[in-house]
Amino acid sequence: MTASGLTAGALAATAGQLALVVGGAPLLVGLMRQVRARLEGRAGAGVGQPWRDLRKLLGKEAIRPDGSSWVFTMAPLLLLASTLVITAVAPFLSTVSPVEGVADLFAVVSLLMLGTVALALAGLDTGTAFGGMGASRAVTVAALAEPTILLAVFALSARVGSSNLADIVESTLTTPAQVLSPASLLAAVAFAVVIIAEAGRLPVDNPATHLELTMIHEAMVLEYAGRDLAMIELASAMRLTVLLGLGANLFMPWGIATTVAPLPLLGAAVVFAVKLGVLGAGLAVFEVFVAKWRLFRVPELLAGSFLFGLLAVSASFFLA
Amino acid sequence: MTETHRRIQQVSAADLPAHVRALIADGFRLALVAAHEDPDVFRVVYLFTAGAPDRRVELELRTERDAPQVPSLAALSFPAGRFEREMRDLYGIVPLHHPLPRRLIRHQHWPTGWYPMRSDAGPSPPFGSTEEAYPFLTVQGPGVYEIPVGPVHAGLIEPGHFRFSVVGETILKLKARLWFTHKGLEKLAEGRTPADAFPLAERVSGDTTVGHALAFCLAVEDAYDWSVPEQAGVLRAVLLELERLYNHVADLGALCNDVGYGILHAHTMRVREQLLRLNADVTGHRLLRGGVLLGGAHVAQLPTSGDLAAIVSDVAEIVELALRNSVVLDRFTGTAVLGADQAREIGALGYVARASGVDIDARRDHPFHPATTQVASVTRSEGDVLARFLVRAGEVRASVALLELLLREARPGWAIRDRPRRLPGGQVSGVGLVEGWRGTIAHRVEIGADGRLARLKIVDPSFLTWPALPVALNGTIVPDFPMTNKSFNLSYAGNDL
Repeated sequence: MTASGLTAGALAATAGQLALVVGGAPLLVGLMRQVRARLEGRAGAGVGQPWRDLRKLLGKEAIRPDGSSWVFTMAPLLLLASTLVITAVAPFLSTVSPVEGVADLFAVVSLLMLGTVALALAGLDTGTAFGGMGASRAVTVAALAEPTILLAVFALSARVGSSNLADIVESTLTTPAQVLSPASLLAAVAFAVVIIAEAGRLPVDNPATHLELTMIHEAMVLEYAGRDLAMIELASAMRLTVLLGLGANLFMPWGIATTVAPLPLLGAAVVFAVKLGVLGAGLAVFEVFVAKWRLFRVPELLAGSFLFGLLAVSASFFLA
Repeated sequence: MTETHRRIQQVSAADLPAHVRALIADGFRLALVAAHEDPDVFRVVYLFTAGAPDRRVELELRTERDAPQVPSLAALSFPAGRFEREMRDLYGIVPLHHPLPRRLIRHQHWPTGWYPMRSDAGPSPPFGSTEEAYPFLTVQGPGVYEIPVGPVHAGLIEPGHFRFSVVGETILKLKARLWFTHKGLEKLAEGRTPADAFPLAERVSGDTTVGHALAFCLAVEDAYDWSVPEQAGVLRAVLLELERLYNHVADLGALCNDVGYGILHAHTMRVREQLLRLNADVTGHRLLRGGVLLGGAHVAQLPTSGDLAAIVSDVAEIVELALRNSVVLDRFTGTAVLGADQAREIGALGYVARASGVDIDARRDHPFHPATTQVASVTRSEGDVLARFLVRAGEVRASVALLELLLREARPGWAIRDRPRRLPGGQVSGVGLVEGWRGTIAHRVEIGADGRLARLKIVDPSFLTWPALPVALNGTIVPDFPMTNKSFNLSYAGNDL
């Protein structure tokens, strides 16, 4: 295969990955809601409902509160753009990528943080009590969650000797026994907790509530409407998908293509979709059986997951 | 029908505080204060009640028409201070030396000097400009900020404005501002015959149809010395418990929902729906309208023991599942504690009082049918959200046990004496006390010689219990407010008549 053929294939892989995540993220959210509804004995709105909501919101004008500045206007764009970049570079379908150098652990975590900070600032920019309250809570959670992602993935990268996500995935593929190493297991636990916190799921945040005073993520975005809200909803769904996707591929990378040939890519897309479906459904089932924690216990949970991350890093150095 | 003895005593302004002090020391509570406009004088009636045995004392105070004023009892009784402010807003009767002499019911945009309950008030004037801002107390200090919530809320909630002064997430002070929807119900009832006013009473608060309808009927029947058939008392007690059941079940689920435990909410909604359909079978109306009638009651059919046993076991299972979830238990335990002294002093009623160890229940204290005194007393001493949850759970059991007892005597159909034995010649008054699901409801009517209502005064338990909410919330964190508010679940409609 020529270099240009490789690049074209890699571009196709990236494009496919983007299309899959953008198109699939709302379906994943819909699937999780549907699983939850069925388990609670309700009919549910159907898997396609988030897409229908997005279509409706996209057709409406974006009303912006008086006195809000460009910070408020920019936040949805920044959130969506940063999530799109992560989606493009993360090793979801293939370990070969035209932007391989960017798929760095630190770059991905920074991009996640960029979106969180943009939303928090937008929450403050509205000048409403709810926006400020949500921003304050979201930053508290993010300040504890983001370092944990860093640590958890760092534990995996230590043994590979690279902070490149694709390298980590490839290394796991060549030596599958690594998955069961103490470092990997500890990191997996830390990562799972962080996914829940970052994506605003129970028991940290309740995405289904209408009670403003209990909200974290939703409180920040209360003032958004129409297109802006659609962007935020889509980006939130994509962040959940990306986090679950990273979790899936860092700890269970099987099925990912190591080339950019069409057939393995197609296979990888199917496997990726199935993995996310299973993880999402699992998360939804978990959510049925837990209640929301008291806000002041959330830092305890995150501190615990940070400790798991730290242990994972230690284990990867001392037990390697 | 149990005979009630209401002692009516004329007092002077100078003697009033001493009388009140003696009554409170004797275990009485202030249940109702109503002002009346007589041709040449304003007459204020203070109704005090006590249970075991059922005692009711009315103090009547007259004050001149031109400059009506009464001595404030706020120092003796917290509820009195609130009733006085209400009376001042609606009648312009000034409580002297009141510690908080500002508006309660009429918001600032209502014109000064216009008192809607007076006979010369006329149609309501256009809203004026806000003369003064509402005097919210600003809490100062480093890091203190305010969160204003409402009066328009997400979800189907009635209007109320809550202002939290917060440091970090901890509530330093909560001010609940209500009375956004004054409907003028009491004014609307004036001049109607009891039969015409009955639909108003039935609609005071949609979730308390039976409670308010029954309190109104008892008041009118008390005034006319109108004895209803024995069977009517049984049917009324049955309807009252059915109302308690569906509301308590809904609250149990809503509390779980507020801590994100949606599955139990879904199941309580299922049980509630069963109860509402049962209500429809019993009275033809899901919210039990048309069951209680002046002079009696009517039910098309009665719930069977099987129906009730199924509901009790479902509720017991839901409660057990909630308590078995350690997160739910953690969220409920120790949250928003209302002490027994606080509950007693504020005059809180219903499950809020009982969860704080104040066992006050009109079914035992002021029974309209002897069987209701058999109801098991459900109290807790902790005063937290968990206690209010468990009291509701216990009351569901107690309610069904009482229903089993009542259903032995109850027969479906009409049980009514449609008019009193004889109509009195002059003006009469009557009081109805009913343990609605939220607490003791008090109605007091005065009926003129023409058979029309001269005055209807309604006291929903929410009016007395609302002030307990901010007290319980001191030191609680903001995200626990919705759950605490739900554990009180006070009525806006019943509060703001």
